[in-house]
This record gives sequence, C-alpha cells and structure tokens, in this order.
Amino acid sequence: MQRSLLLSLAGGLLAAGIAAPATAAGGDTLAAVKARGYVKCGVSEGLPGFSSPDEQGNWSGIDVDVCHALAAAIFDDPNAVRFSPLNAKERFTSLQSGEVDLLSRNTTITIQRDVALGLEFTGVTYYDGQGFMVRKAAGVTSAMGLDGAAICTQSGTTTELNVADYFRANGLTYTIVAYEKEAQAVSAYDDGRCDAYTTDQSGLYAQRNKLRNFDEHIILPELISKEPLGPAVRQGDDNWEDIVRWTLYAMVNAEELGVSSQNVAEMRRSESPEIRRLLGEEGSFGEAMGLSNAWALQILRHVGNYGEIFDRNLGEGSPLKIERGKNALWTKGGLQYAPPIR
Amino acid sequence: MIVASVVVLLVATAQENIAKQRIATGFGFFDDEANFAIIQTLIPYSETSSYARALLVGLLNTLLVAALGIALASVIGFTVGIARLSPNWLVARLAAIYVETLRNVPLLLQLFFWYFAVLRALPRPAASLSIGDAVFLNNRGLFVPALSFDGMAWLAPIVLVMMVLASRVVSTRTRAGTRWLDRWPRAGLIAFGVVSAAGILAFTVRAEVPALTGFSFQGGVRVIPELMALVIGLSTYTAAFIAEIVRAGIQGVAKGQHEAAQSLGLSRWQTLRLVVMPQALRIIVPPLTSQYLNLTKNSSLGTAIAYPDLVHVFAGTALNQTGQAVEILTVTMVIYLTLSLLTAAAMNWYNSRLRLQER
Repeated sequence: MQRSLLLSLAGGLLAAGIAAPATAAGGDTLAAVKARGYVKCGVSEGLPGFSSPDEQGNWSGIDVDVCHALAAAIFDDPNAVRFSPLNAKERFTSLQSGEVDLLSRNTTITIQRDVALGLEFTGVTYYDGQGFMVRKAAGVTSAMGLDGAAICTQSGTTTELNVADYFRANGLTYTIVAYEKEAQAVSAYDDGRCDAYTTDQSGLYAQRNKLRNFDEHIILPELISKEPLGPAVRQGDDNWEDIVRWTLYAMVNAEELGVSSQNVAEMRRSESPEIRRLLGEEGSFGEAMGLSNAWALQILRHVGNYGEIFDRNLGEGSPLKIERGKNALWTKGGLQYAPPIR
Repeated sequence: MIVASVVVLLVATAQENIAKQRIATGFGFFDDEANFAIIQTLIPYSETSSYARALLVGLLNTLLVAALGIALASVIGFTVGIARLSPNWLVARLAAIYVETLRNVPLLLQLFFWYFAVLRALPRPAASLSIGDAVFLNNRGLFVPALSFDGMAWLAPIVLVMMVLASRVVSTRTRAGTRWLDRWPRAGLIAFGVVSAAGILAFTVRAEVPALTGFSFQGGVRVIPELMALVIGLSTYTAAFIAEIVRAGIQGVAKGQHEAAQSLGLSRWQTLRLVVMPQALRIIVPPLTSQYLNLTKNSSLGTAIAYPDLVHVFAGTALNQTGQAVEILTVTMVIYLTLSLLTAAAMNWYNSRLRLQER
C-alpha cells in the first residue's frame, strides 16, 4: 500500500546491499532449505486471514498456508517452516538478503517491485482491490452513492490517491479525513467521524470484525483499484521460483479437479489422467523440480486445495466471511486459473 | 570549521546516494498536480492544484492553529496564573490542580483525549445539537451560517461612523446649553445612524444557513472537529505552562510594591493591573515567547488526529507521493524555523517596549 516511499527506501537498501548477498541470492535455495531442514517464510506482523499469530504463537492465514504447502511439498511435513514477521519496510530487503526463502505477505504485485527490486512474483493468492465500508443505516449500496460523504483512511498511502482519482472520475464530491495510523482511522470511522472507511477490501473485512457493532456495517461491492496479492521469491533461482509457483498452481488445480484433503487418498485411484498426473501417479514432474513425485499429494494431504485454504482462512469457515468473488475458480466466474499439470 | 566540513560531507554523501538510488531530485515537483484532497483549505484548492499550492494550504492551516492557540492559551494562562495567587482557597486550589494535571500528561495523549472523547460524545449529523436551527454541532464539526455581503453593504459602517462623528460635533456646539438640550440631538443622531445602518445591512447581507443534505451539512462555514480538538488541546496544555510563568512573574515583583499600592488605597484589582502587572510583564514575556514557539511547533502533532497542517499535508502525503524526502523535509524545517524566528522577533520587540525606560 505505502508503495512509493517504501520502494524508494527498499530500493536504496537493495542498491547498497545487492552485491553482498549475491551468493545467497544466486545459490540453490532448495539445496539450502533441504540442508537446513525447514523453510524460512516472511509473513506480515498480523493481518487476520492472511497471516496472524494466535496466543500460543501459532501462525494461521492464507499466506501462512502457502508456506505450509511449500514445506509439505519439500519435506512431507507442513510444519517444517519458520515464520519471520516483517513490516512493510523490511519485507523486500529481508527476501533479497536471504533472511527468508519466500515472502508470503499480502504483497501487491506491481511492475516496479517486479523489475526494480530483484523479485519474482509466483502467482496470485488473493485478488484484492481498494474498497469502501459504510454503515448499513446509511442506505448506500454502491460507491456511486457516496456523493458528499466523509471518508476516513490512512494517510501517506496510495489509498488517498485512489479515492481522489475515483471520485474525480465519477464527478462525486467527498471530504477525506486521513489519519497517521490505520487503527485511528478505523476508530474515527466507528465513532461516526466519517460515512465510509477505505482500504484494501480484505483489510475492510478484517477491520470490520474489530468494530463495536460488526453487523451494522457493509462492504460495498466496488473495487476502485487492482491489488493482486501473491508470494515473491528472489530473482535468479529459477528452480525455486518454479517450486513456489507450482505449489500454488497445484492447490488451484486440485480444487478445479475436485481433489481435497478429505478425498485425496481415494483420488489416487482415480481414472482421470489429470488427477493421476497431479498426484504423481503418472509423470515425474516432482523429480524434475528436485522433489518427490508425490509433492502435490503431500500438499493436498497436509494443507488442502485452494478452496479449502480460502474457506478456512478468509471464507465461510473463518470469522471474516469473505465471499469468493474474484477469487472463485475461473470455471465459476472468478479469476483463479492455474496452468495445467502435464 | 569542523561543523561546516561535516555538513559538506553529509550533503555530498546524500547527493551521491540519491543519485545511486535513482531517486528524483530538485524542486520540479512543486509544479506537478498534487492529486490528493485536503479536508480544510483556507484558499481555493483541488486535486488538480500543484504541490506548491498544497504546501501553502498546509502552511495556512498551521498558522491558523498557531494564531488561535496562542490567543486562547494566553487568555487561559493569565487567568489561571492569577487565580493561583487568589486569596480564595478554592480558586487557588482549582488553578493548581489545572496546572499540575495539564502539564504532566503528554500532549499527544491530551490531543487523543480531546479528539476521540469529543467525537464520541457528539451526535451524528441527523441528530445535531442546534442553536436556532442556524448553528449546528455534530461529529462532523461545527456548522455556522456564512455571511455574504453584496452591493452597498459597505455603506452601513460609513453611515454609522458619520452619524457618530456628527453627534460629537453637535455635542461640542451645544455644550453651552442645558443638559437635556445637549443630549437629545446627540442621541437622535446616533439612533438614526444605527437604524439606517441596520436597514442597509438587512437588504445587503445574506446569511447562508447550513442545511442537512445527504450525508452531512452543506453550506455555511464548517469548523472541523480536528481543528477544534487541536486548538483546545494545544491551548489548554500551553496555558498550564503560561500560568506558572505568570505566577512566577507576579511573585517576582517586590513585595513592597504591593504594600505601597495598597497603602495608597488601591483595590486588589487596581494593584494588580496598575502596579504589579506592568512590572511582572518584564519577567513574563521572555519565557512566554518560548511557550508561543512551543505551541507553534507542537501544532505539528495535529497530524496524529488528521488535522491537515504543514507536516500532515506536505511532509506526509506529498512526501509519500513524490518520495523526495530531502527536499520536502528541508523546506518544512526552513518554514518552521522562519515561523519561530518571526514569532521570537515580534516578542522581542514587545519585550523591548516593556523595558524600564531609563532617563
């Protein structure tokens, strides 16, 4: 979200540090991970649904499950992961310097991050976008109904800019109340200072749970910006990039093929060649990546398919109750589409 | 010499690093469109205005808070300071409690208290508190009618002033006459002035009363809660320090001055106003200047409660959008420095006027 400043900071740190960790960056990450016995995974400092720790310090969330899936693919043990909570400023430097093997931290994929920071994004775990939350009592059902509204947000992020662009483009008037901290903006909205609160839509769902009267607020359907969130790895280790990329693809393909953690054992006996290739009964794609051919089977057995991790962390099975929406499979009108395993 | 060379070294290193990071440099961005909105603008401003304009908007908002805060802090501070020395036990105690509470709680916390507590207590726009359906108070701010003058409104004060002057002339001319004859023409002229001025105003002044439309009130003048909370927070906090300065100033005046004034038959108030205060001000003004400077600089804390001051608008949003931290922070610091130096210069001039005139 706080792209421009962070990028310049991160860019600066990278420019200074890029020469030193070149060996770690260019090296064989898979071999290093195998020798170490666990994956080092960079996550957020606590965003419900994506990555947040409980009282015992156990991490959960869809970003966390990507890390578990990767560990399951490599070690057949989803818990062979160590999590590093990273703030927005640290995240890219941590990945670049080799402190973490992958960054799975609600990070928006942008061209600048891709081409200027030495990163590779390996897919989209969640299609997000900036949205609005309003009180049900206001009777607003669309962002177009926000003419004249006061809108609370966090200052110094691109959300301010996105709001200005959206309202200008649609000829609507508004007043923006920009707070230094997210928590203050939410609190002010809750106190009635504003008619609407805006941030990334997934964040709206997470923040809504913290409001005094959760049920009195709705999240408007419009997204006014594109924020595709996904895991990132260092540039220069193509095999590692492939492993992380196909870990996510395997979970999306599994959902499409109807393979879940519940039925994966029976599905091994399936006649479908697509399912047989996914589960390693045919072909040797796992070995080509330096894993066992049962890599996807291990992911599904321990972690589940994309639909399962979505439901458990963000959807109906979670306190956030986010609808699949754009994150539904392409076969169901959504955007989640994985290249085939063959 | 050493300091100068360190500064030169730092500037050179910064320039080199910025070039290496390919961060844009220079002040060219000042003319670019700012692309963001500001909640309170004292001059016309829109998203298409330039960053330079945004800077000016932020600066004026800072000046507004500083001016209101200094005025209010002085009034409260002098009142509380004098009250602390009151012979009335209760008044003196209350003033002492005020000072000790306000100056011992961090200002940022006080601002949060004023802002969030005030917000929470105020009703929603639809249930606004109102005075005569013209002034409204709700959690979006204070809405008062805006007065617009048109046409010949400027005639009103002129008529009034002319009648008052005429009455003076009449009264001098008729000084020789009896008291009653003296008063009538005078009162008549002033009454005529007042009535005709009111008549002119009634036809030329229009009050735009705020009205609830859609989400909030439209029209009229809006005082945002961020401004109210910031002015109240800054002035009550600074007033606690000013009160102590005033108390010290009054106590610094030799006791013999009190006693002499009282033996002359002056009342307590007269003693304070005519004898003690003029001397106390010489002690009060220098530290008072520091408090005024503190208040102006502390106004940058308003950024925490979403008040669009210089730091919030320029060193916050504009900095994040342009990424030109060095230029923006330098400009911001220079502006605060200039404001402080100007305030100090004005106070020093005032102080020199108060100085004992040696003949």
